[in-house]
Amino acid sequence: MKFNETELKEVERLARRYPAGRQKSALLPVLHLAQVANGNWLDTDTMDYVASLLSITNIEVYEVASFYSMFNLKPVGKYLFEVCQTGPCNIQGAKDIIAYIEKKLGVKEGEVTADGLFSFKRVECLGACGYAPMLQLGEHFKEHLTPEKIDAIVDEHRKKAGL
Amino acid sequence: MSTKLLLDKAHIAGIETFEIYRKEGGYRAAEKALKSMTPDEITEEVKKSGLRGRGGAGFPTGMKWSFLAKPEGVPRYLVCNADESEPGTFKDRFLMEKIPHLLVEGLIVSSFALGANTAYIYIRGEYAWIVHILEKAIAEAKNNGFLGKNILGTGFDLEIHVQRGAGAYICGEETALLESLEGKRGNPRIKPPFPAVKGLYGCPTVVNNVESIAAAVPIVNMTGDEYAKIGLGRSTGTKLISASGNINKPGVYEIVLGLSVEEFLMSDEYCGGMKNGKKLKACVPGGSSVPILPHDLLFKTANGETRLMTYESLSDGGFATGSMLGSGGFIVYDEDQCIVENTYNFTRFYRHESCGQCSPCREGTGWMEKLLWRLDNGQGKMEDIDLLWDIQRKIEGNTICPLGDAASWPVAAAIRHFREEFEWHVTHPKEAMERNYGLRKNIYVAPTTAGA
Ligand SMILES: Cc1cc2nc3c(=O)[nH]c(=O)nc-3n(C[C@H](O)[C@H](O)[C@H](O)COP(=O)(O)O)c2cc1C
Ligand code: SF4
Ligand code: FES
Repeated sequence: MKFNETELKEVERLARRYPAGRQKSALLPVLHLAQVANGNWLDTDTMDYVASLLSITNIEVYEVASFYSMFNLKPVGKYLFEVCQTGPCNIQGAKDIIAYIEKKLGVKEGEVTADGLFSFKRVECLGACGYAPMLQLGEHFKEHLTPEKIDAIVDEHRKKAGL
Repeated sequence: MSTKLLLDKAHIAGIETFEIYRKEGGYRAAEKALKSMTPDEITEEVKKSGLRGRGGAGFPTGMKWSFLAKPEGVPRYLVCNADESEPGTFKDRFLMEKIPHLLVEGLIVSSFALGANTAYIYIRGEYAWIVHILEKAIAEAKNNGFLGKNILGTGFDLEIHVQRGAGAYICGEETALLESLEGKRGNPRIKPPFPAVKGLYGCPTVVNNVESIAAAVPIVNMTGDEYAKIGLGRSTGTKLISASGNINKPGVYEIVLGLSVEEFLMSDEYCGGMKNGKKLKACVPGGSSVPILPHDLLFKTANGETRLMTYESLSDGGFATGSMLGSGGFIVYDEDQCIVENTYNFTRFYRHESCGQCSPCREGTGWMEKLLWRLDNGQGKMEDIDLLWDIQRKIEGNTICPLGDAASWPVAAAIRHFREEFEWHVTHPKEAMERNYGLRKNIYVAPTTAGA
């Protein structure tokens, strides 16, 4: 993966927000950018590329990428359902929704559907406890989930992908 | 009638734009502060207001500001903590989504008071869309001369940058946040030195919660003395509470501190009472880290006094019979909920979020999770309950950062108040897999509806 011109400009903009010599501060935002550009996950080449862009060592990138739960170090579906399983969601039906998603997609947590479109993972509280159960999909939250809503989300994204 | 100081305009259509926010009286505090007050005068007003940090610890904000070291020629930073990851807490999100300019204005006022020319908003990575909302508000403020160089012709410069985290509760701890902002793993630092002396890039730094920074706006507008008249005793002003769980109206409410817990939970103006007419079992009033309160200690303290939504009243009775206001994450449990399962759930959360630096936290949370899983799944032994108690005692106070305490307190409180439910899981392993224990035996008092 290599960034296109727009993405490189964004990397530059991000790095300029910190004092001289502190461009490493841009690591998290640049990794977010790289993950999107690389199809929703970070492989070693991508991380090495980010290291070279920010003039830091490869290991500095690996140790950060492995610390934060939003960075996927294995391939995931084009659409990743990150379903909250923490207390407030748990008492409002998160387990049932997770079971429904598993059945609906026909894959276990961490596996990707055969068409490469979907996968799901359980995550911890996302700050939507009053609108439970909920999941995160890309940059957005899907809240007050029901089986019908899950069906609609899956259909919508199948269509988006042209299936 | 309830007074609102932060969200009073949040419902107005278009309030997220500079134009409408300004038309509604926005940026008056920024003008007043920059044009007619000195930095020390602003800090003095914040001290007088009695504002206490809204991120969870409740440290007086004015005092924190006055501790900021000011060595010659060294930049100072203001960092806004928008990591909001404490289970049950979703109030900062509401403020930033609905009325982003309030935070921007608060940052201008606070940065001026602190002499900071750069402020960073560190926002949890999952709030991706809010990054765009904030960046738009910042750009608008800049276009209108409220950010950038020589703001309002006063010679004060300020840039605000939004930094996105990437999924780590620990990055809400202020020193872990600073590490993360420097592009590293979120490992909390050993204190001292405190951020006020050595913070971001080794420079003096103030870290404040979103709501604390936003509160600087009404404080400057109305004066600290007037702000301090709102609320009760040392719990001054208003507080955003995010309510979730088995209630009729989950959501974010701005309350005047001093409201009774019963009114907050039962009245239609706030939570609207228990959902589906169920009975109240327990409540975690201030985010997952604070002790759970059984129903019979929620509306009244152990002394029989009315329990209020204040720092003091919620902690009345200490950990034996009280809890904490914490982050304002108010989680309500009805009679159908299982305390053992909930304790297991929270403990799994802390084990997952432990950064791993200290053995008591890293290992202790793992052991507690295993024991609680066994108990919750009908495989527990009586000794496990005592072992759990023992482990949490050994974590608390023995770690670099307060996450260790935060992991211990929920376990301690659950055992303290619901021991018989844990024991029932041991004595009735099969039944415990099929049904929940229900309410505590014999001591249930029906919640009355809120006072007239
Ligand atoms: C594990 C842990 C997580 C925390 N998470 C947050 C958070 O998400 N938001 C926040 O404002 N403060 C959080 N805090 C508290 C901060 O360390 C710090 O006290 C706070 O940001 C100071 O701001 P305030 O004085 O305005 O409350 C957390 C503390 C700990 C120990
Ligand atoms: S208490 Fe836990 S989270 Fe805090 S520094 Fe130690 S290991 Fe990390
Ligand atoms: S518990 Fe699920 S969003 Fe908070």
